Amino acid sequence: MYTQALDSAGAAEPQGDVEEAARLERFQARIDRDEKIEPKDWMPEDYRQALIRQIAQHAHSEVVGMLPEGNWITRAPSLRRKVVLIAKVQDEGGHGMYLYSAAETLGVSRAALIEQLLAGRAKYSSIFNYPTLTWADIGAIGWLVDGAAIMNQIPLCRCSYGPYARAMVRICKEESFHQRQGYELMLTLVRGSAAQRTMAQEALNRWWWPSLMMFGPSDAHSVHTAQSLRWKIKRFSNDELRQKFIDVTVPQAQYLGLTVPDPQLCWDEPAQHFRAGPIDWSEFQAVLAGDGPCNRERLAARREAHEAGRWVREAAAAYAEKHRTARPRPAAEEGGT
Amino acid sequence: MTEDWLLYEVFIRSRSGLEHKHVGSVHAADARMAIEHARDTYTRRLEGVSIWVVRSSEIVASDPEEAEALFEPARDKIYRHPTFYAIPEEVKNL
Ligand SMILES: [Fe+2]
Ligand SMILES: [Fe+2]
Repeated sequence: MYTQALDSAGAAEPQGDVEEAARLERFQARIDRDEKIEPKDWMPEDYRQALIRQIAQHAHSEVVGMLPEGNWITRAPSLRRKVVLIAKVQDEGGHGMYLYSAAETLGVSRAALIEQLLAGRAKYSSIFNYPTLTWADIGAIGWLVDGAAIMNQIPLCRCSYGPYARAMVRICKEESFHQRQGYELMLTLVRGSAAQRTMAQEALNRWWWPSLMMFGPSDAHSVHTAQSLRWKIKRFSNDELRQKFIDVTVPQAQYLGLTVPDPQLCWDEPAQHFRAGPIDWSEFQAVLAGDGPCNRERLAARREAHEAGRWVREAAAAYAEKHRTARPRPAAEEGGT
Repeated sequence: MTEDWLLYEVFIRSRSGLEHKHVGSVHAADARMAIEHARDTYTRRLEGVSIWVVRSSEIVASDPEEAEALFEPARDKIYRHPTFYAIPEEVKNL
């Protein structure tokens, strides 16, 4: 992932419309043959921008996603739960790093991406703007939010852009533990006291709809879907993935003895699918626009962490600089008189 | 805007006997820190026994535009492969 330091051989000026059209056609043909596109290959500017937008948004989501769960690290009910939660949160930070690294191969600097996030100009998954009110929310997040993320991410392992696909393979290998620890946490709660069962049910009530919204707007209203599918940046539409998630998750809720908070949810026997009631998209839009319960808090926490770490970054840079410029004294001088 | 630290490419040997393989990149102020960041980022689950880091700016890569000139000449030299030579079935150990 070496774009930043390399010449931009891929970005040669198009020579006239005819040649440009031919290049586009060759590019699409490569995609259609399931060839991977690598950093130095020629690619349409729109493809590059679409990838930067999606990978950056994804990276920011991993980084901001550490905050709701980080909220419970000091209050985890046992040492076992605490080491698990720390490991999970650290993984999410790592996922952010893999993804920034992939985005950088497209010629954007990491500093610029982080700057956009801190300035409030970048998007990240709206799910992380909800608060974690009880310990059961940690279970619900692992089970539902990581579950939805896995559903979204598995097809991305076959994305047409090599560095993104490879980052996703790495991420998907790690996500499975996130989901399982969450479900195990929920299982422990529903097998506990009546109060613990209530806590689990309330967490499901809070996280169910936001989890469904994680797949993005319905296909009819999704602006980027068609082009992303053509370029194989995405492999399935938002609604297809959402349906898959509902189909696998409802039986898991039933096993827990919990009720999915959707009175219209029913089993469609001929189609072999669960049918969910309509999603309240006005809530999604409001959270996306910055009016979710924790939008301001999340950004403030990121900014504070960034500022608080500034002296460390500066000290490390100064130390490295000192050692780079410190040269051994010439032998002649060393000999003295 | 704060400047990024230097970019390093990371190569991991997953176990002894295997070659180092490119896994991604990290930013770091110097090589030692790059090793430490690579450890935290790419080997949280025993993925490696050895790490190489190389300044990204030190990597010289071939240009995809010249891929044909570089690699096509090998295509018609099938006589470099053992299957090019027909040997009667009765002949063993060849
Ligand atoms: Fe993640
Ligand atoms: Fe995760």
